[in-house]
Amino acid sequence: MTSGLSERNRHLLVLAIGLVLLVGLPWVVDVVTLLELTIYIVYALFALSLGFIWGHGGILCFGQAAFFGLGAYTYAVAAINVGESSGPFLLAILLPAAFAALLGAMMFYGRLSDVYLGVITLVVALILFKFVNSTANETYVIGDARLGGFNGIPGFPTLNWPGDAGSPLMPDEMFYLAMGLLIAVYFGLHGLLRSRFGRIVVAIRENETRAELLGYDVRLYKTAVFAIGGGIAGLAGVLFANWGNFVSPGVFGLAQSATAIIWVIVGGLGTLIGPIVGAVLIQFLTTLLGQQSVVNNAFVLGAILVLVVLLLPKGLMPTLGQLLSRGRRK
Amino acid sequence: MSARGEVVLETRALTMRFGGVVAVDRVDFTLRDGELRCLIGPNGAGKSTFFKCLTGQLKPSAGEVLVRERRMTGAEPCQMAQAGIGVKTQTPSVFNGLSVRENMFLALARHHAGRIAEARTDEALERYALADLRDRKVGELAHGQRQRVEIAMVVAAEPWLVLLDEPAAGMTHEEVDALAALIRDINRRSTMIIVEHDMQFIRMIGDRVTVFHQGAVLIEDHVDTVLDDARVREVYLGS
Amino acid sequence: MDFAVVVIVEILYAVASLALIAAGLAVVFGMMRVINLAHGEFLMLGGYTAIVSVKAGINIYVAMLVVAPIVVGAIGLIVERLVIRFLYGRMLDTMLATWGLSLLLTGLVTMIFGNTTTGISTPIAGYRVGAYQLSGYNLFIIAAGFLVMAGILLALRYTRAGLIARGAMQSSDMASGLGHNPQRIYMITFTVGAALSGLAGGILAPLTGLTPTTGGLYVAKAFITVISGGAAVVAGTLSSATLFGTITQVVTLSSTPVWGDVAMLIAAVILLRLLPQGITGRFFSRQV
Repeated sequence: MTSGLSERNRHLLVLAIGLVLLVGLPWVVDVVTLLELTIYIVYALFALSLGFIWGHGGILCFGQAAFFGLGAYTYAVAAINVGESSGPFLLAILLPAAFAALLGAMMFYGRLSDVYLGVITLVVALILFKFVNSTANETYVIGDARLGGFNGIPGFPTLNWPGDAGSPLMPDEMFYLAMGLLIAVYFGLHGLLRSRFGRIVVAIRENETRAELLGYDVRLYKTAVFAIGGGIAGLAGVLFANWGNFVSPGVFGLAQSATAIIWVIVGGLGTLIGPIVGAVLIQFLTTLLGQQSVVNNAFVLGAILVLVVLLLPKGLMPTLGQLLSRGRRK
Repeated sequence: MSARGEVVLETRALTMRFGGVVAVDRVDFTLRDGELRCLIGPNGAGKSTFFKCLTGQLKPSAGEVLVRERRMTGAEPCQMAQAGIGVKTQTPSVFNGLSVRENMFLALARHHAGRIAEARTDEALERYALADLRDRKVGELAHGQRQRVEIAMVVAAEPWLVLLDEPAAGMTHEEVDALAALIRDINRRSTMIIVEHDMQFIRMIGDRVTVFHQGAVLIEDHVDTVLDDARVREVYLGS
Repeated sequence: MDFAVVVIVEILYAVASLALIAAGLAVVFGMMRVINLAHGEFLMLGGYTAIVSVKAGINIYVAMLVVAPIVVGAIGLIVERLVIRFLYGRMLDTMLATWGLSLLLTGLVTMIFGNTTTGISTPIAGYRVGAYQLSGYNLFIIAAGFLVMAGILLALRYTRAGLIARGAMQSSDMASGLGHNPQRIYMITFTVGAALSGLAGGILAPLTGLTPTTGGLYVAKAFITVISGGAAVVAGTLSSATLFGTITQVVTLSSTPVWGDVAMLIAAVILLRLLPQGITGRFFSRQV
């Protein structure tokens, strides 16, 4: 494609790097750094969920945090009620996926345009934020779990080895899980995009009218893509909840959705590696900025978003790919 | 071919309004199996709007569309396509960012499972003389080539009814000649409706012609009769 | 009876404040099809301008009604020249860039004023209706809201500038053919929209304490009011402000303000699903 490497080799390279990081990192860094890296991976997974629906499905969702937050809260509430984590883990992926399917069906079968889609997804995330934020009162309980409003939910049972509630995952095991899931989701999506379904999804992004005239039900495909994105965002939410053993309404916040958009647009649309690179780069930058107090973090992220839209509308990875292939031709 | 087969497509009092403007006004239209029908008329006569009501791209305000006696009024474009109708739109509508081969695959993948579609894709590229272009991005091709890709995609799915909206637009003389031959070839297997502007082209392929004027059918007859008709001349040349 | 008066005043107040919050965005979206996600920050900047001016000894009405719109209008002009003008016709890119701008402005204000709440007190005393205590400032907001909408309507309909602006939005080729530079018209329209946002931000500043993130509270409300209203600037904004203001206030009075907001958002989602072109797309097409 655009880069000098063939597509097959590029994916082998990604796989190799992924496996080296998965196996190698816990040996070279201390546990604090490993924890820090785990959150990067969680964010990368969240970025991948948006990168998939936006870059490949052509659906720009301004409220992707709705599914991330739903995953995090579903896990927390279910874990408090159930204890053993396997059920809550699955539920926290399925529920956001189902919610995305429902919301997507409403929007796509209603044939809303891109702009209205952006507004509705943003508003839905905001409704969830406002609702959860206002549940501080003790009457808001689901089973044994208090929703806690703006105080959030602390101290729920974290992930354990499947079936054994007595052996929770250690920080290094959390890292293996997150990294393993990221690699699995990356190649899962890669496989999906090469399948008949994935090729039709990309075709719909290219030309919706033609896809319809060929007999593909665009509404159904888009709903499915949106649901898959919701499920992956939910998975990222579960890992996020477990990482800090805490969830608060901020997971639904506009800032969370905006950050995801920045990761994806910086990394680049239309690739799967772009969102991952974008998330890691931007989070690294955020960490650096957090260590000083002169320049505000939001200020820098905002400036980056404006500049990328104006100067690098394709994002980092596709632009890099173009530069590389141009360099080779000379 | 002037077969007088069974009625395969029918509209009854089909009407399309945009705000206060009536673009298609109570049109009764009948198409028989095997026909090659041209829809003509000056700009704004309503033929393209009528066409889009048949493809499902517009939902008619009133009236009915019957496909093989099945009520399909207001169906989605994908349902029309699933009913075996192939559509080529006015401006080439193809997947510009994808290769010619991928475009053809997508045209076939709705009817065949993945692996069979893959095999048929290569056959179809040979059959429609697109094999040389197979790895080119469609967006990088010349206008005439893109038209060819689109027609090939439409026909490859073996629709029994083919709808073409101004297929000759923007083509060179040689390309138009080749197109006329292609259309006659397609018509051997499929019934066709062609919206066209170019009178020369209509004479080349023409059989039965329906003339639209101000949203209604002005006259419907054989091409020679229609083109000699005083009202048709007036509509085209007068005013 | 007293309660009925209170309910009516509260509903009118909710409608007027929604119209104020949405006015600047309505002008920019309705005339230019630009969706400005930094709109909330323009309001927030209007509020800060008013507060800083009052604290510097300027009369509160001058601060709210004159200084705030001028300062925010100037900021709008800079934003248009540096960012927006490169993105006309690219709606999604404009949304993304202005979202970045919103973060940037929030960060900037945080760096200058710190992440703390500031505020000024309302300049009008409260009054009583029977057993109920009402805010006198709410009446001022009702008046301001309707005056601003009337002003936009009159300016678009009866002034030469309004006529040219409407003409340019219909056909920029035509306008340039007649010797008006569309770039210049866009620039002025965006600046006016920003100034209106500054005005609204100034007027609303005494109501609540301001923080750098206040804009986020405004933007969603402004958005759904404008988008649900549809393309007609005044008729659209007023009709959806009336609808949503009433829903919010009725639900708020019967439960809590949070549920009022949630009810408004849910109503907006349903409305957009039913009328994808907004209220005026369906019922008042071709009006201002």
